[in-house]
Amino acid sequence: MMKWEIVIGLETHAQLSTASKIFSDSSTHYGAQPNTQANQVDMALPGALPVLNKGAVDRAIRFGLAVGAEIAPRSVFARKNYFYPDLPKNYQISQFDLPVVKGGTVSFFVDEQEKTVNLTRAHLEEDAGKSLHENFTGPHGESSTGIDLNRAGTPLLEIVTEPEMRSAAEAVAYARTLHGLVVWLGICDGKMQEGSFRCDANVSVRPKGQEKLGTRTEIKNVNSFRFLERAILFEARRQIELIEDGGTVIQETRLYDSDLDETRSMRTKGDAHDYRYFPDPDLPPLMISDDWIERIRKEMPELPADRRERFGKQLGLSAYDAAQLTMHRSTADYFEAVAKQLPSGQAKLGANWVLGELAAALNREDLDISDSPVTAVQLATLIGRIIDGTVSNKMAREVFTAMWEGEHDRNADAIIEARGLKQISDAGAVEALVDQVLTAHPAIVEEYRSGKDKAFNSLVGQVMRAAKGKANPQQVTDLLRQKLDG
Amino acid sequence: MSHTPLHAEFNSIAALRQALATRRVSAHDITRSALDAIHAHTDLNAFLHIDAELSLEQAHQADQKLTNGSDLPLLGIPIAHKDLLVTQGWRTTAGSKMLGDYVSPFDATVVRHLRNAGAICLGKLNCDAFGMGSGNENSAFGPVRNPWDHSAIPGGSSGGSAAAVAAGLLQGATGTDTGGSVRQPAAMCGVSGIKPTYGTVSRYGVIASGSSLDQVGPIARHALDLLELLDPISTFDPADATSLEVCNDAANQAGRVRNDYNTVRSAQKVNGSTPLKGLRIGIPDEYFSTSISPDVAATIETALQEFETLGAQRVRISLPRTALVVPVYYVISPAESSSNLSRFDGVRYGYRTQEYGDLDDMISRSRTEAFGDEVIRRIMVGTYVLSHGYYDAYYLQAQRLRRLITNDFRQALNNQCDVIMGPVAPAVARAIGDKGAPTDDWNADIFTAGVSLAGLPAMSIPCGFASDRNLPVGLQIIGHYFSEGQLLAIADCYQNATDWHQRKPESL
Repeated sequence: MMKWEIVIGLETHAQLSTASKIFSDSSTHYGAQPNTQANQVDMALPGALPVLNKGAVDRAIRFGLAVGAEIAPRSVFARKNYFYPDLPKNYQISQFDLPVVKGGTVSFFVDEQEKTVNLTRAHLEEDAGKSLHENFTGPHGESSTGIDLNRAGTPLLEIVTEPEMRSAAEAVAYARTLHGLVVWLGICDGKMQEGSFRCDANVSVRPKGQEKLGTRTEIKNVNSFRFLERAILFEARRQIELIEDGGTVIQETRLYDSDLDETRSMRTKGDAHDYRYFPDPDLPPLMISDDWIERIRKEMPELPADRRERFGKQLGLSAYDAAQLTMHRSTADYFEAVAKQLPSGQAKLGANWVLGELAAALNREDLDISDSPVTAVQLATLIGRIIDGTVSNKMAREVFTAMWEGEHDRNADAIIEARGLKQISDAGAVEALVDQVLTAHPAIVEEYRSGKDKAFNSLVGQVMRAAKGKANPQQVTDLLRQKLDG
Repeated sequence: MSHTPLHAEFNSIAALRQALATRRVSAHDITRSALDAIHAHTDLNAFLHIDAELSLEQAHQADQKLTNGSDLPLLGIPIAHKDLLVTQGWRTTAGSKMLGDYVSPFDATVVRHLRNAGAICLGKLNCDAFGMGSGNENSAFGPVRNPWDHSAIPGGSSGGSAAAVAAGLLQGATGTDTGGSVRQPAAMCGVSGIKPTYGTVSRYGVIASGSSLDQVGPIARHALDLLELLDPISTFDPADATSLEVCNDAANQAGRVRNDYNTVRSAQKVNGSTPLKGLRIGIPDEYFSTSISPDVAATIETALQEFETLGAQRVRISLPRTALVVPVYYVISPAESSSNLSRFDGVRYGYRTQEYGDLDDMISRSRTEAFGDEVIRRIMVGTYVLSHGYYDAYYLQAQRLRRLITNDFRQALNNQCDVIMGPVAPAVARAIGDKGAPTDDWNADIFTAGVSLAGLPAMSIPCGFASDRNLPVGLQIIGHYFSEGQLLAIADCYQNATDWHQRKPESL
């Protein structure tokens, strides 16, 4: 059986968070009535000309700095010519051979293994409008296609990687990290369901050990991480089966159908467009001075990588935990607010809670951490009660659930009190319970004494049961050992 | 016509402006007179759309402002716009069936500036479709006739503008010049025209032909009238990314061209009867060794002698890549046009074919039916030179040569001469319908297109008549970047000594 290697490169379109479009002053606000946010430039009326929105460039520079890329002092806008009804000029203004951002890297974790992917480039371009095929009727009631140009001219940063990813999991981890980064940087709202962050995946396969890349296909416009993973898995399997059955992969663009969980051919290279790229004579070359770059550098937030390192050094977190916490700025901010309330050396417990219980709850209700009903301070109070022994970790989970539901104004202490979840911290009370259990179960005590270690756990369990779970398990263990061995 | 119409009694914009300011005449009467003249000369086919109501309303407002003592520079002066400039109110067809009934929801920046300066718009002027042509025969609305000889072309693509001025229908008009489209029709109609430095006048609202070449320029009788029309439109426009904020050291704003003109003109006056003393006129060998008709060459020679009489000296210069101008221009200009004209697809506005199959078919049929031969020819050339496998050999090579052609001009103007003079066109206006191969007209752009490739300013002034048909000949004056004021001062000086610009066709 031949061993196959999957090779993946991603092209991601991140919609930049400018208030107005990249070449006109109409609004980019999502969800308006069709064609209410398209002016003469967006509609390509005769005589209309584009003027570059510097805010889009600011964001591209910000991205370039964050990934350690070169910001081109001179880049050029080019026209990509093709006829399509939702592309009003019938050419798209993009960047071709001279992009604004060159190189850079993105690092992320896959199964606790760190991986770094090189970026080829990132370039600025305008989005097209949308064709509305569904529920649209023409002037005579016939089914027809409508065009909404609200999205036409929305600024995009297309971020292209080298073909360096080797599994769907890697591709997804990269995409998630990139998504976290652009949102972190404040250059993209990251709303995938609104199309603010879309991925195209270039997928090929080759026998393991072979140098030469296989023929690739491009899967277009995947707008969720789950679909990205499935699309790549399907496509790689399809290519491998095709080759093993004696066929050859043809270079083509494919579309992922999430309902059928398959990719299918959109167009082959044969009918590929000749885009006739040439420099747009309406737009002078984009010149970026060192001053401009410095201004953006000064405005930069602390980067995820720097924060990750700080979490490791200052708070003693593992590289993996630190990476998880810095995937999203809101998560990192939340965690940092929790950690600030905890005694030093206890950040790890905070990280466990943020990445564990809290993340699970947020996930269940599909909430962003910035919309968490339990605030960082509230959560820190609860964790504090674990640290000072008021509640066990197990009890704390019950308290957390109550906090999540809004009990007692999400006050951990009030909930512990009201539900009677306080650990029995009085040593005398615990000792009485231990004595009681030892007396009641002489057979188990005998078993333990004859060398069966397992019997010890059974005794701990009996004491905890007698304490209705409110004894500190460590304290119980210590006391039992003292009584039996001492 | 038995008597001179009221609006044509005034020899210059300044004279008319003076009469309006002193309320000797009203803007209404002037406008009415001009509209009547336009009606009387519909045989010229210079206008594509007039709307007397709109024009008279503007005249009414002008009269009110004049009464209130407003000193707007063009208040009450009747002008008209080439149909490549979009206008609210008047249709904008670009001379093409593609935009046969198109009305723009906004005004071109130039249109706005001239209106704000007080000018009254009389309507829209015929031109070659999308500015592609040099005889005005490529208009979907029929050719314009040359007022000097109705069987002759007026030149193009701003043929309507030049013919309307030559026929005395108005004081001045806007044109656009991509490879000579202001200068050449001005020459053929015996009037003056200037193409300013690329980037000094806004292209916003000018239906794009060759974006890196297009520039709006006025056409009028006198150099001084050109100054009145050019100064208010030479202004930085934030809506045009190729618009310049500064011209050398001066801000690109109204007043710059006028100041430069005044400075040069004052200096000239010190020299008495030889006002142009010290002016070095570069005469490119190549402009007289190529196929230029001998009588045109002789007329130019006479004009150059006049300049010597005025104190200037001739300097022989060389523009060694002159022979490459037409091939380079006809790669770059169609390349840009092919892409610029993609937006005309029948989807959102403009002509849409009646019967079609799928969407591609609709677009293809609409474009084929509406564009016309010359436009289609240039789209095909442009598409070809940008295509994969040809781009390097044609488009990229043409861009390299464009730099060399530009350097030739710069080299001459930096080191050898102050201005360059020569012919505008190799011959006088040919007869309408007397078309040779399509490339014959292209080849005739040899003296004008190089200036456009270099982005330099240049003007055309009438300097005599030639051929057995006795048709006007234009002299081209090319200056260094931002030298519009200087060029106008030099032309003004010449026009003070000659009367070619005052001549009017006998038919008037």
